Amino acid sequence: MGILDKQFTDDNIVITTTEDLFNWARLSSLWQVGFGLACCAIEMMATSASHYDFDRFGVIPRPSPRQSDVIIVSGTVTLKMAIRVKRLYEQMPDPKYVISMGSCSNCGGPYWEHGYHVLKGVDRVIPVDVYIPGCPPRPEALLEGLLKLQEKIRNESLVKKSA
Amino acid sequence: MKTTEEIYKSLKEKFNDSIIELNSSLPVEPVIIVNPQSIDDVCLFLKENSEFKFDSLMCLSGVDDANGEKATNDDGSSVIKGGTLSVVYHLESIELKHKLVLKVSVNRDNPEVKSVAGIWRHADWHEREAYDLIGIKFLNHPDLRRILMPYDWEAGHPLRKDYQNPEFYQGMKVPY
Repeated sequence: MGILDKQFTDDNIVITTTEDLFNWARLSSLWQVGFGLACCAIEMMATSASHYDFDRFGVIPRPSPRQSDVIIVSGTVTLKMAIRVKRLYEQMPDPKYVISMGSCSNCGGPYWEHGYHVLKGVDRVIPVDVYIPGCPPRPEALLEGLLKLQEKIRNESLVKKSA
Repeated sequence: MKTTEEIYKSLKEKFNDSIIELNSSLPVEPVIIVNPQSIDDVCLFLKENSEFKFDSLMCLSGVDDANGEKATNDDGSSVIKGGTLSVVYHLESIELKHKLVLKVSVNRDNPEVKSVAGIWRHADWHEREAYDLIGIKFLNHPDLRRILMPYDWEAGHPLRKDYQNPEFYQGMKVPY
């Protein structure tokens, strides 16, 4: 981690860089937008529930995008919904992150050819940080995706723009 | 309990020319073909008459028969001209335990069918779906809007056999 390693003899003082502190705070309490789109949302809910316990990583669903840090696009993004997904993303305050969960939101999934109503990948409307393959991905895969996102945030810099 | 043949006989007596034919040659249940301009009267009769009491519309489906002439547009896309679109009604009487299949066929260029939403309330959304995806217009429908596709969808009705998906919708690329 690098944040709590330089201690003074007094237990109440810790020194670190602003960057590390910010990154540590951000990656440790990723509040997600409380919304789901299709069957992936069922897996997402299972990941939130006690067996897989998303909460131990600081991930809790927020009922408002204005209080959220991450949006997990869990399911088929129809063209009708894409407009709403984009609006939800725009309502979130910076810094904000996007996890695309499952084949549908990655690239259209089984609807890639004949899905007249499906957006072929949510990255056509909002910028995605982590893609999770699967149809639907198991809770372990979603946890792995979250850990990847945490890794990404840990290496972020305040001065250099990422991506 | 009544068979389709018996019901057909009673309907023919009452409605005469509005009942076109009984088709029993199908591998599924026999179908009564009805005139699309009098389907509402026929359905109301079937619901109210004490011998039939069809209190439930199990399903209402739109069908693109695709039996017209296949032509090619100037831009190379294929289009079907003429032929028919159909609506199929599956009725059931819960009380008398009998079922019935009705069908109407309308001209593809001007597909107008009388609505039965005033007879069975649940026909409302079924008809909106048939309108949305196949493009059949239901006359006297209380609220004939699209139900699944966006309200501003301008590319036509997606389950028609000659449907062409648009390149873009509201700035989003639609094809893969």
